Amino acid sequence: MVFLASFAAAQGGAEDRRSGYQDMGAALQKMQDDDTANPAMLFVQAGEALWKQKAGASDKACADCHAAGSMKGVAARYPAFTPGSDRPVDLDGRINLCRTTQQKAPAFGPESQELLQLSAYLALQSRGLPIAPPDDARLTPVRAEGEQLFKGRQGQLNLSCADCHDDNAGKSLGGATIPQAHPTGYPIYRLEWQTLGSLKRRLRNCMIGMRAEPFAYDAPEYVALEAYLMQRAKGMTMDAPAVRP
Amino acid sequence: MRLRFILPLAVVGAVWAVSAMAQEELRPYVIVGDSIPDSLTGLSGDAERGRAIVASRTAGLCLLCHSAPIPEERFQGNLAPNLAGAGSRWSEGQLRLRLVDASRLNPNTIMPPYYRLDRLHRVARGFEDKPILSAGQIEDVVAYLVSLKE
Repeated sequence: MVFLASFAAAQGGAEDRRSGYQDMGAALQKMQDDDTANPAMLFVQAGEALWKQKAGASDKACADCHAAGSMKGVAARYPAFTPGSDRPVDLDGRINLCRTTQQKAPAFGPESQELLQLSAYLALQSRGLPIAPPDDARLTPVRAEGEQLFKGRQGQLNLSCADCHDDNAGKSLGGATIPQAHPTGYPIYRLEWQTLGSLKRRLRNCMIGMRAEPFAYDAPEYVALEAYLMQRAKGMTMDAPAVRP
Repeated sequence: MRLRFILPLAVVGAVWAVSAMAQEELRPYVIVGDSIPDSLTGLSGDAERGRAIVASRTAGLCLLCHSAPIPEERFQGNLAPNLAGAGSRWSEGQLRLRLVDASRLNPNTIMPPYYRLDRLHRVARGFEDKPILSAGQIEDVVAYLVSLKE
C-alpha cells in the first residue's frame, strides 16, 4: 500500500486529479498500453475503414473533406458549439451532424457500432494530448447545468454523482475503486460490458445504479454533464480509447 | 390528489385498487429523540432474514458502502462505518431511524432513505412510490443489526 501510494504520488506530482487509468490495476494498464492487446483497437481499425468509406446521397467519405492528421485534438475539446447547431454537441453528435448535413446519410443510432468505431478512431488521434475544452462563453451556462446535475441528488437511493466521485473517490464501492470520473478515455472498452461504450452509456449505468430514470439518449443533459466533466478534467491527458474494469 | 369529476364508482374503485397494489402505504412512526422506539410492523424482525437482506446486492445494497461480518460476501464497501458492533453502538430504536431516514440526523448523509418516499428526484420507473425496503424488511434488518454485538 505504501509503495502504491508513493507511486501514485510520483505519477501525479502536485496534481490531485487522478484518471481512471491511474486507479486501475497494473494488468489492465498493461492491456490498455499494448495496442495489440487493447480490444478497443479493433474498433479503431473498423472506424478507420468507415472514415474512408463513401456514404449517403453525397457519396462522400469523411476522408474526402478531412485531411489525414487534421483530426488531431478534436476529441479532446468536445462538447462544443458547432455551426448548424444552436446547442453544444458531443463528439458523437458532431459525427452525426457531418453525416446528415455533409454526407446526406441517416444519422447513426446512439451507441451503434458505427458511431463507436468512428469515435474510437477520432479519440485515438487525441491520445496523449491534454483535454482542452473550448474557451467559449456560450458553454459557461451549459457547464453550470452539468455541475448542477452532477451535484444533485437523484433516484430512489437519493445519491449524487459528487457523493461518490468527489467525496468518496478512491474508496471501495462493493469492492470496486470509485474513480474521480474524469472522462479521459472515452469511448472505453469496459470489461464489465465486454465491449466498447460511450460516456453516455457510462453515465446511464451510474443513474441506473442510483435507481434514477436515465435521460433519453438524445437528451441535452448528457452533453451538459460531459461539458462540465471535460472542464473539470481540463489539462489531463487523454488516454482514449481506454480499457476500464 | 383531488378528483375533479365524479367518476363511476367502479372506475374509482379500480384506480384505488391499482394504486394500492403499486405502493405499500408507508406505516406511520413516531420519532423520539434520535430513534424510532417502536417496530414499524408491531412485530419483531427476523435476524436471519435481515442478514440475507444486508448481504443482497439487489435488496439491501448495504455492502456496497458498508462492510459487515458476512465473510462469504467478498466484495464489501468502505464508504460508511463497518456494521460489526452496530448492535452495541446503537439501540434498536436508533438503528431503526438510521435505516428509515438517516437524513433526520444528518441532512447531508449519503445513507439512502430506506423508508421514505418524499424529497426524491428522477426515481426510475418501477421504483417510484416504493420505499427501498418494506416495513417488514426494515424490522428484519434492525433485528440483524441489533444482534451484531461485536
